[in-house]
Amino acid sequence: MAGSSQIRTNSSALIAMIADEDTVTGFLLAGVGNVDIRRKTNYLIVDSKTTVKAIEDAFKEFTSREDIAVVLISQYIANMIRFLVDSYNNPVPAILEIPSKDHPYDPAHDSVLSRVRYLFSAESVASGRR
Amino acid sequence: MSGQGQRLTVVPTVTMLGVMKARLVGATRGHALLKKKSDALTVQFRAILKQIVSTKESMGDIMRSSSFALTEVKYVTGDNIKHVVLESVKSASLRVRSRQENVAGVKLPRFEHFVDHGAGDAKSDLTGLARGGQQIQSCRVAFVKAIEVLVELASLQTSFLTLDEAIKTTNRRVNALENVVKPRLENTISYIKAELDELEREDFFRLKKIQGYKKREIQRQEQAAKKFAEEQHADKISLKKGISIKSAYNLLEAGAGKDEDIIF
Repeated sequence: MAGSSQIRTNSSALIAMIADEDTVTGFLLAGVGNVDIRRKTNYLIVDSKTTVKAIEDAFKEFTSREDIAVVLISQYIANMIRFLVDSYNNPVPAILEIPSKDHPYDPAHDSVLSRVRYLFSAESVASGRR
Repeated sequence: MSGQGQRLTVVPTVTMLGVMKARLVGATRGHALLKKKSDALTVQFRAILKQIVSTKESMGDIMRSSSFALTEVKYVTGDNIKHVVLESVKSASLRVRSRQENVAGVKLPRFEHFVDHGAGDAKSDLTGLARGGQQIQSCRVAFVKAIEVLVELASLQTSFLTLDEAIKTTNRRVNALENVVKPRLENTISYIKAELDELEREDFFRLKKIQGYKKREIQRQEQAAKKFAEEQHADKISLKKGISIKSAYNLLEAGAGKDEDIIF
């Protein structure tokens, strides 16, 4: 049956990052960073001076770019733009919440897992179908 | 929901009855198939869910170990390593390939990472040349491993979301077939049958009525013929005997018809 949102098959897509300096440095070391001709990067380093607006813009930009397949976002930053992350419904690019050094992983806030917990409640898709 | 009283507006003929029956069979089969598909998808869904939960936990551990490696690097090479790394970013050497997999009839996206050696930048290779080269290497390895796990997790997450959508759509279709389409078809079929029965009854009734008329016609004609025959007979008698018609009638009535013995 025709999928309403066609999933792009890309043979070479990037991994975007919105995280604090250390995490981004580590991933850049691994070779994930990309700067293209127009000096657009696929990462955003968030520190204490970054505004929420800048984070929102970066998020929107990364999710609308064709060549980005995965967006890694630190969980405490995701909490800042929680409404954007939760309302994001497309399968591609995939939004992944990663822990950071100072903020260990908290499954209660993860947007996907909270949906999962909702699924195990009374009315859901996975349990009690029909 | 308007379940019970709805039916399609059709002409109640025998052909329409056949058409509706065929459609009902189709709807029933489709309903069974869709239910099976929904069950299969739900099984997949739960499996992916379990995998996601376990992978997320392992991701937490891996991220922690990679942070440790990074801290080691910072300790050994001094804090400038960040700037050096930031400067040396050119084109991503670690990329992600996305393709579609068909699982139980649903196209799920799957990511896999691969290293594009051609795009690797020479600058980053020289990063740890001064000091701490070994730590940088191990840090790099740790982060690449972290990327592996993360890509797999992303893959699972997208499949999860896509499956969720697919299950919702399939269930919607199952419910629609079961609660709207099939009752409507059944109501239409019973309506057509009722109409056909009524037509038949009307026909039957009309037939009976006509038979009744015909019978009465025949009876009337018989009576008229009998009367005519009597009149004729009375005429003959009155002619022969020379009496009036009326007395001939009386004679006849008394005689109750022709008597063999009377030889007039």
